[in-house]
Amino acid sequence: MTTTTPPASNVVPTSDKAPEATGNGKRRGRPSRRRSTPLTIAMLAVLAYFLLPLVWLLIASTKSTQGLINSFGLWFDDAPQLLTNIRDTFTQDDGVFLHWLLNTLLYAGVSAVGAALLAAAAGYGFAKFRFRGNGAAFNLVLGAVMVPATALAIPTYLLFAKVGLVNTPWAIILPSLVSPFGLYLMRVYAQDAVPDSILEAARMDGAGEFRIFFLIVLRLLAPGLVTVLLFTLVATWNNYFLPLIMLNDSSLYPITLGLSSWAAQAQNGGAGASSDMLALVVTGSMISVIPLVVAFLMLQRYWQSGLATGGVKQ
Amino acid sequence: MSRLLARPRSAGPLFIAPFMVLFLLLFLAPLGYAAYLSLFQEKLVGGTSFVGLDNYLAAVKDPQLREGVVRVATFFVIQVPVMLLLALLFALALDSGLLRLAKVIRLGIFVPYAVPSVVATLMWGYLYGPDFGPFAQLSDKLSLPAPHFLTDSWMLGSLANIVTWEFVGYNMIILYAALRTIPTELYEAAALDGAGSWRIAWSIKIPALRPALTLTLLFSVIGSFQLFNEPSLLMKIVPDVIDSSYTANLYAYTLAFTSQQINYAAAVSFLLGLVIVVISYAFLLTANRRRPA
Repeated sequence: MTTTTPPASNVVPTSDKAPEATGNGKRRGRPSRRRSTPLTIAMLAVLAYFLLPLVWLLIASTKSTQGLINSFGLWFDDAPQLLTNIRDTFTQDDGVFLHWLLNTLLYAGVSAVGAALLAAAAGYGFAKFRFRGNGAAFNLVLGAVMVPATALAIPTYLLFAKVGLVNTPWAIILPSLVSPFGLYLMRVYAQDAVPDSILEAARMDGAGEFRIFFLIVLRLLAPGLVTVLLFTLVATWNNYFLPLIMLNDSSLYPITLGLSSWAAQAQNGGAGASSDMLALVVTGSMISVIPLVVAFLMLQRYWQSGLATGGVKQ
Repeated sequence: MSRLLARPRSAGPLFIAPFMVLFLLLFLAPLGYAAYLSLFQEKLVGGTSFVGLDNYLAAVKDPQLREGVVRVATFFVIQVPVMLLLALLFALALDSGLLRLAKVIRLGIFVPYAVPSVVATLMWGYLYGPDFGPFAQLSDKLSLPAPHFLTDSWMLGSLANIVTWEFVGYNMIILYAALRTIPTELYEAAALDGAGSWRIAWSIKIPALRPALTLTLLFSVIGSFQLFNEPSLLMKIVPDVIDSSYTANLYAYTLAFTSQQINYAAAVSFLLGLVIVVISYAFLLTANRRRPA
């Protein structure tokens, strides 16, 4: 369906009907459709609901703990102090926040790259090679898509405790490397995106299988690869349950676990050193949200087309 | 390399091997080990002994586990249809071409997905707050009673709101991406036959969304039954509303890490995983059977 057909506007000269059918797939270019103001207003109201907590967070991160309690939540305080808050967040407890941020970056980065590459290689292997046990192995993995991560987490903890992996970075990274849904997505993607003729031609030219994979196939799989990468990144970045059960040492915490430990201090606070914690929790939350939002906005072209593949074919 | 070249098909298993090895070690091995542990019981006197399926029998009869499962099922029955219906409506609105600022709206609704559930829960927790939450402040200014978001009777709804806020955009994007792949010739033909926007949405778009809807529903089943982060974080704010067996998953966590009943916790996690897999498969089978060939 991606082959080009002449735009309908060339075929049908009058524009009295079918304004939706101006292009084939390139619907951004269809100019004739009238816009609906009521629908736009309704959707802007919807948008306001989704942005409300984030707007609150942004405003709240400019306030002191006192200001958070005393001033109206959805407007600025008299004395904005965003920079002070950011500095305090990074210096609290000897700069442990930066440590958490770097831990998160490490766990999420390694997991995402690893999971995407493993899924791409295996998805390509399943899609383009026939060998004994192919179908059985794939179905086994597909069945695992249904096993919820948290139901697996406690068993994984028990096993890791047995082999001494608990309370190490590996306890977070290793379980995040295996993405059954990523494999499924990459297999579907590889079937369409990697034409057999290119593989044949490369083999005729004498290229080895691994050379073909790294130089040709990975490039063809890029949108699917970015999708798996980004969604594993989010899953690991946002993971709370796994680090909660695996890690005791607060210097190994990712940001989610760190923030929740600060939030617990702020909750019990009011007394002594922890009385300012509320502002730090809010500012820390604000900082932790930024990287992923930026990543999603920058890479949207890739992950949206990757997701389309997963949702359309089953 | 030259051997591979001679028989290129033999390279297949090599591409699959790294994934499969990790899958065996990190997926099947933990499940197998948990299944093994679940067959034992640790007693104060006499140490660990094999008890067969006793832990499972105890789990089935456990009122706290049942309470958690029932609550999660209630949550699922209410929250998931609302969330998916909203996602579907938003996706159709975006795809209709009638919106101004469509791109801003699409990305804005999706953004919460990139927010960690810990942060989402902290934010909503503050927003819900009866003292300095903006809703409470507003109703105070208007001399109205403050909404009781964090009380027992509101809690499930408040949790549902957080989860809906987090995941509507994600589901919307999947549905929207699927809508974009429908060939526009179909709309053209339907419009020539005199079909309006609603008719096209109902007769062409929604049927074409079937696989995507199945996928989103499947993920929602899996997601709701593992509800943990949101209730466990709100528990710190209102410990008298959310107890340690509020959801099934929270209960499994409490068993393993607070009361240290490892064998029983293994049985409960295993049982929960099994229930979810069975429900998902049953659901997939019905969805596939109903699909017109």
